[in-house]
Amino acid sequence: MSSIIEYIRKSQIWRSVFRHPAPYDRRNRAVVVLTNFFLHLHPVSVKKGGIALSYTWCMGGVTFFLFLVEALTGVLLMFYYRPTLEWAFTDIRALRDVTTLGIMREIHRWGAHAMVITVWLHMYRVFLTGSYKPPREFNWVIGVILLVLTLLLSFTGYLLPWDQLAIWAITVGSNMARATPFLGHEGPGFQLLNIGGYDLITNASDARFLLLGARTVGEETLNRFYIMHCVAIPIVVSLLIAIHFWRVRKDGGISQPL
Amino acid sequence: MNPHPDLTAGVIRGLGWLYLLLALANVYWSVRSFKKDGYYERLFGIDHVPKAFGWAAYASILLLFACAHLVFSSSADDFMIRLPEFFKSNVDILIANPISYFVISIVIFVAMVVWRNWWVEPTIAWILFNMSVLFLALSMTDYDFRQIVGKPDNVPIVAMLYLVGFFTWLYFYKCRDNDRRLANGLPPAEKELSETVLTWPDLVYSEMICMVLLTVVLILWGVALPAPLEEPASAVKTPNPSKAPWYFLGLQEMLVYFDPWMAGVVLPTVILGGLMAIPYIDFNKIGNGYYVYEKRKFAVLTFLFGFLPLWVAMIVLGTFIRGPNWNMFGLYEYWDVHKLEVLNNVNLSDMFWLDLMRQPLPRPDSTAAWYVQLVTILQREWLGLVLIVLYLVALPPIMALTVFRKFFARMGFLRFMVLANLILMMWSLPLKMALRWSLNLKYIVAIPEFFFNI
Repeated sequence: MSSIIEYIRKSQIWRSVFRHPAPYDRRNRAVVVLTNFFLHLHPVSVKKGGIALSYTWCMGGVTFFLFLVEALTGVLLMFYYRPTLEWAFTDIRALRDVTTLGIMREIHRWGAHAMVITVWLHMYRVFLTGSYKPPREFNWVIGVILLVLTLLLSFTGYLLPWDQLAIWAITVGSNMARATPFLGHEGPGFQLLNIGGYDLITNASDARFLLLGARTVGEETLNRFYIMHCVAIPIVVSLLIAIHFWRVRKDGGISQPL
Repeated sequence: MNPHPDLTAGVIRGLGWLYLLLALANVYWSVRSFKKDGYYERLFGIDHVPKAFGWAAYASILLLFACAHLVFSSSADDFMIRLPEFFKSNVDILIANPISYFVISIVIFVAMVVWRNWWVEPTIAWILFNMSVLFLALSMTDYDFRQIVGKPDNVPIVAMLYLVGFFTWLYFYKCRDNDRRLANGLPPAEKELSETVLTWPDLVYSEMICMVLLTVVLILWGVALPAPLEEPASAVKTPNPSKAPWYFLGLQEMLVYFDPWMAGVVLPTVILGGLMAIPYIDFNKIGNGYYVYEKRKFAVLTFLFGFLPLWVAMIVLGTFIRGPNWNMFGLYEYWDVHKLEVLNNVNLSDMFWLDLMRQPLPRPDSTAAWYVQLVTILQREWLGLVLIVLYLVALPPIMALTVFRKFFARMGFLRFMVLANLILMMWSLPLKMALRWSLNLKYIVAIPEFFFNI
């Protein structure tokens, strides 16, 4: 048995996929982290105090893992779900009642709630260990942007089931945009933006309209939120996550002065 | 048949499992206590009694509780173990009132900080944890409590409360040790473990275990609790109350005290800008890479105050306590759509002109040019405008010269101004709340003509 494994490991195919020998000794354990794409997010060696679970809480890692879970289950749900007034609700109900592996929706939804919580807890830990202090100031800023994007991801996804819970939560949430200073049609100062007595900011051109694509939450909104939820925001988030992790590496780990 | 079933057999069985879990946790705790806590020299005339005895007794009572729930077979209405009514009504009175709710949350916050070295003691923390679980379990026997807390989308909030509580405990627990070390000139505990280990296997394996556990949790959660799906969307049937997603309920709560342009746009922007500004205004070099409280008191207290009473407690309020018409309801209170709350809020300009000057408010002439109207409006609202300007412009220099003198000297002008304004913005919420409760104040500056109300 072991000789078969040995044979496979030494074959050209195996070695072309895994560029490193099995991580059995100290040298190869370092090599594996350096040469594996997925593991190179990590440094080769870390401070023992820096990886203790009671110190890191592992919340950033959990958030990233949840993001991957959301991406995977989300793609599976996209195969099934149609973002139209005619089908959106029916498709979700079918996911609940008849579809095989309809549990993907449960995992997606609970994973999303969990992700919001773990992002907060990650930020909580980073604050409490002072890990935003030099040289990591800007990485904290990226983290805050990622927090906002996480909330937006969750918010845009909230509409997609197209039930009462969804449209009214989005209605309440997006009503605020009406009151944006200068750019909302019920916001302070919108009257200043007018040409020759005609208001530039009306209920069909203000910040809320931009968000919803209509005067009220309707099919345009569903389409807009679907694209935001499945394409636009995830792309930006992926890019920022890459930068976030890269900076953690370059700054010498998750905390402590460089 | 009881049309309003207080308790169902399914709930009783579910609670049985909860008590069983708690009993098992306390069996573990008894063993831990037996190893660590030592003995009472003499108790009830018996020598040398292990302190773990109390925990063992408690665990067996919980076990009896669990059995009582799990084997129960007659009518659920007769079930004995439930929350007493006088407890419920008193809790409701305390909670369904904004003043007492916020006072209690602030008192808990202050007590948490002041007695941090007492409650982080593992035994005390364990007692507090047990009390919270018992409170939750007994409350679940109440119909109205179950309607709110048992909503699928609200379950994560309960989980969040326990997680936030646990991590806050962990923080103060680690600080107790580190504060003592730093006071004695020793390095923090985290620095003691400065030897390096290889990422493979030390880090990679624990990440792997985390991922597996999390996957299991998500799948079990998905199996146990179906995702919510209500009636199909209808633009004409407005639910009462209409709530934003739970993580925005802190912001929705601010709508009670501020207009949408403040609560929904300006304050969230300030919160995010303030968070981003933290690394640039915190000049304290201490506490980078370890948990410490004493030497970064101001930063930690500000953050904790913003996160715990002003964010988490507001989400709890918005989710569990705000009911129809955005009225406040006790945890055990029926969400009655017809509950009436007398609100008669007045603007500062009303107070000034009507009550103090005994004359009608200056009224802008709607046929006049806009700048003529503006002058009248400014005359009407001058007191509020002056107060706002004083608050945001005059207060920072006063802070720099008095309480924040040392900060100002070390931070420089720009940094200090950013800090001072952020702090003032943060305090604007509790201040506006206090003004509302004490004076029924609606707006400090009320210019509905321009949608400019503060």
